[in-house]
Order: sequence, then structure tokens, then C-alpha cells
Amino acid sequence: MSAPAASSDRLARFALSPARRRRDRIARTGVLLGTALAVIPLLLIVYYLLRKGLGAWSVSFFTTDPTGSTFFGGSSIGGIKSAILGTIEIVALASAISIPIGVGVAVWLVEYGRDSWFAQTVRFFVDVLTGVPSIVFGLFVYIVLIVGTGSSYAGYKGSIALSLLMLPIVIRSAEVILLLVPATLRESALALGAPRWRVIFRVVLPTALPGMLTGVLLAVARAAGETAPLLFTAAATLGTTFDLGGFMNSLPVQIYKDVTSPTPAVVNRAWGAALTLVAMILLLNLIARLISRRSRLA
Amino acid sequence: MEAASFRGGERPQAGRSPLTRPALAKLPDRALKYGLTTLAALILALIVYFFIRLIGQAHGAFAKEGVFQFVFGNNWNVGGERFGALPLLVGTLITSALALLIGVPVAVAAAVYATELCPLRLRGALTLLVELLAAVPSVVYGLWGIFFLAPKLQGAEQWVADRLSFVPFIGGGLVTIPNYFITGLVLAIMILPIVSAIAREVMATVPVDHKEAALALGATRWEMIRMAVFPYCRSGIVGGAMLGLGRAIGETIAVTILIGNAPKLGSHLFSQGYSLAASIANEFGEAQGVHRSALFAAGLVLFVLTLIVNGIARLLVIRAARSQGSGTGGGVTRLADAAVGA
Repeated sequence: MSAPAASSDRLARFALSPARRRRDRIARTGVLLGTALAVIPLLLIVYYLLRKGLGAWSVSFFTTDPTGSTFFGGSSIGGIKSAILGTIEIVALASAISIPIGVGVAVWLVEYGRDSWFAQTVRFFVDVLTGVPSIVFGLFVYIVLIVGTGSSYAGYKGSIALSLLMLPIVIRSAEVILLLVPATLRESALALGAPRWRVIFRVVLPTALPGMLTGVLLAVARAAGETAPLLFTAAATLGTTFDLGGFMNSLPVQIYKDVTSPTPAVVNRAWGAALTLVAMILLLNLIARLISRRSRLA
Repeated sequence: MEAASFRGGERPQAGRSPLTRPALAKLPDRALKYGLTTLAALILALIVYFFIRLIGQAHGAFAKEGVFQFVFGNNWNVGGERFGALPLLVGTLITSALALLIGVPVAVAAAVYATELCPLRLRGALTLLVELLAAVPSVVYGLWGIFFLAPKLQGAEQWVADRLSFVPFIGGGLVTIPNYFITGLVLAIMILPIVSAIAREVMATVPVDHKEAALALGATRWEMIRMAVFPYCRSGIVGGAMLGLGRAIGETIAVTILIGNAPKLGSHLFSQGYSLAASIANEFGEAQGVHRSALFAAGLVLFVLTLIVNGIARLLVIRAARSQGSGTGGGVTRLADAAVGA
């Protein structure tokens, strides 16, 4: 592009005018600068998370429950065991609810609904669900399951809030993958005399499974990081519990509570918990990526 | 199954084709079809039910203040039982507008660099890096923002506020650590991955012919990007930005940590404020009676706001997809869907 103008007069005729060359250079620098601005916050966040978070990590950090006491410095505030286990339990139940329903709706959209007006309406409403802020899902579950039943916060109510959040992600990602299953596969199975339901369970779903797993894992990762819907559905508590019907602690809520604390040791615990949460979510993302790379579809 | 019954010597009944399945064998098929249809219908019912219940709960506040007075009244006074959500609405709008102003140019620049300028070896790493930002939960952004970014930038913000003291709404005031600007900045970082991912995907759909034609005519790289790439994907990028806006409007926890939770209109960009989502997260635990109803109403306003923004975004993205032909369009809408979720 930058022909050496000095080499010959003929080439000089084709050379860029200085103004255009300058503009090109300025624009490229601007783009590079913008890219740097996009990457720097990530590096800073990772750096701070590692520096502060690793400092808070210890064996007892993972094996003790938070004590609620903040008076005697770092040793007595306790760890995050209940939060880690709570997050795993809540998210597991949320997945158990949203994945079968989500995949079911996606199968209906692809295999039965297709382009009918009803299917289009369902797609539209699923899109609406996608845009709903997570805290509004929390409000909904609060209205229906806490105001409506007159009972208190519970782990399973948090799971339901998270499953509402996961549902549209699961439906849309599963639908995309199901659409990629070659029509010839379905047609050959049908031509051999297999009934529709067998085609779906034996041919379509197994083919789409690895691809769907990716979307599902991304949905799980998204749900695991959510704080807002858990605040007034599962609440926060101190002790570890395996009873989904009672108050249940979770990592995001624990971090949120610790951030607002005036005690430095508690804030440090928030960093440690944040690093733990990010590590868990990145792991899920990584697995999702690996699976999607292995998948034959998508 | 079918074949077995024939081999058994059973004659097909009159009026029934030998290829028809017996009624019993059709049962699982029907069950599956209607079961799944019911499931899909339940999703619709759920959302409608949701909306009705939310309105029902918000009714108390609307009845007390009047809908207009609730949304645009500038008086959020919990103790005095007055609920005008203007300070909340303005906080939400200011911070998400800031997020858009800061985040979109940076995101588009990153996308341009990744698709057009960067060495191939770097491309994958860069994409992965920006996408990793999407995996960080919002509470972590809030934590990082309030303990690292906000104190570090306070001096610079005060400097700007002092220099621009003649500009209304920006300069002149005292900069607090939690404020509108820092909230908008962190929101910008949070929406960056979505907007950038969509911009990148849309840019990847620009036909190579167009780009090569521009270059062959003697355009510089930048001229090629400006004349061949941008016009082709404008509506896709705008759609992506709107999806980012929807995210920023609904973001709760990072905003609650960063905005200061002062239930009044901040006098300038660097003062504390409040937002719709933050008020819910912050006050819901103790709220009773009309106050609780007011928070549900705030949730309803938030819901409607995101509905509008997402509706516009989807229209734009779908239009972008249509204008680019069905082959590549699927990818764009699919990505838009995935991005809202992931």
C-alpha cells in the first residue's frame, strides 16, 4: 500500500496523499486504542481477583461456615462452605427444572410448531423472557411463592427464580442446535417406519446432545453468578444446609453481603468468595467450549 | 412393530391402509405432541400470569400516587410514604446511557480490530479474552468497581468536575466515591462483551467481495472499513447496542453497590443517585405495605422499560439479518439470542 514514492516517478502517481495516509493511521491507532481499552479492564479484574482472592484462600476458608461475627478480625469470621454448597444445590435444582422443560419446548418448536403462528408467538414470548431483568424474576417468585403461600424464603424458591432465568437461554440455544440436525436424518428414520416420538428420542436428540450441552452449561454458568433473584427468594444464612425448603446461603449473596460490611476481614472474604465463584463459572464455560468444539453440529 | 403384526398374518381391516399404524401405537406420538404443545402454551400462560400478578401487587402504589405521578414524581420518601420514582428512573437512564456511550465505541473498535486489522494469530486469543469478561458475575464487577476503580478514579473525576465547572450537570460539584459516572463506566465494561460479540459476528458477514473491491479501488484499510464494512452492518451493530442497553437497564447488583443508593436526584454526573433495580434490591427486605407495593411498581416500570428496549433491539437485529440474506442472517439472530442470555 505504501509504495516507496522516491523509487520512481511513475509509482508516485499511485501513492496515497498524506492526508489520507494520516487519516488511515489515526483511525487504526484509534481502533487499537479502543481494543486496548476493552482488554485492560479484564486484565485488571483478573489481577485484582487473583491478588486479593488468593490472599483470602486457605483450607479453613473452604471448610468452615461464616460465623456472622465480625468483631475479632480475620480468624473468627469463618469461611464460605455454606455458600459454595448452597450455590451448587440451588443451581442443580434450577437446572433440573429448566433443562427438561427448555429442551421440551425447543423440541416442540422445531419438530411440531415450526412456523405456525402459535410457534411464532411462543418464540416471541421466549424472547421477552430473555430480556427480563433477573431481579424481576425474583419479584415474580416472591409474589407467587412467598406472598402467595404466606411462607418464608427457601432454597427451592431461589432455584425456581433461577430456572425462569435459564429457561429462555436453554430453549433458544437448544432450538438452534436442533435446527442443525439434518432433515435427511429425520426423513430416513421416518421412511423406515419409525414413529415420530422414536425419531425424536432415538435420532434427533442424540445427534443434538453435545451441542445442546454447550448451551445448557452456559445457562448454568449464567445462573450461578446471579445475585438479585436470590436476595429475596433464598435469602442468606450462615450454616450449611441440605434442606432446600429452608433458608439457603449462596456465593453471590454472600459476596453482596460482605461487600457492604465495614470490616476489612469480611471484605477480604468477599474477594476470596468472588475468586471461587469466577473459578467455578470459568470452569463451566471452559467445559462448554470444549464440548462445542467436539460437537459435529454447530 | 408394524412389520411384526403383518408377519403374524393379521389382515388389515377394510378401509384401513396396510401402512396405517394401529391406534395404540399412535398413542405415544399423540401424547408427546400434545404434551409438548401444552408445555409451550404454559410458557405463554406463565408470562401473562406474571404480568397480571405484578400489576396486581403494584396497584397499591399506583392507586396512592397515580400512575403518572408515580413514574415522574420527584419524591422517593420511604418514611413519609411518598413514592415518586423519577430519581430512580433518571438514575437508571443516566447510567445506562453512559454505559452505551462509553461501551459501544470501545466494543465496536475491539470488533473492528479483531475482524479486520489484527494478525490472525492474535484473533482467537483476543476474542476469548473479551468473551471471558462475559463470564464474570455482576457482583464481582461491583466488588471490583467499588474497591478498586472508584477510589482510583475519584481524583481524576474531581479534576474533570473542577475543569468543567461551567458545564451544568457535569462539573462544579463534589465527587463522591459512589456516583452515576462510575456506575455507568462499570456498566460499560459489563455490556462490552455482548456488544462486541454481536458487532464481530455482523462484521464477519460482510462479503469479502465488497471489501476487496474497496481495496482494489485504492481505498486505505480505514476507508475500506468505513465504506464497505460499516454501512453493511450498521443496523446489526445498533441492534447489538440496544441489547447491551437492555442489559444495563436491568443490571441490579453492580449498580446497587456502585451508585450510592441516595433516594434523590443527584445534582450532577459525579453525585450519588439511585436506580429502579437498586431500589428493589436495597429496600425490599424491610419494605411493608405501600412501600412494598411501590417497589413492585418500580419493578413493573423496569420490566416495561426493558421490554421496549429489547423490542427495538430485536427488530433492528432481525432487519439486519433479513437485509443480509437468510444464509448469514441466521447466525446474527442466533448470536443476538445467545448474547442476551450468555
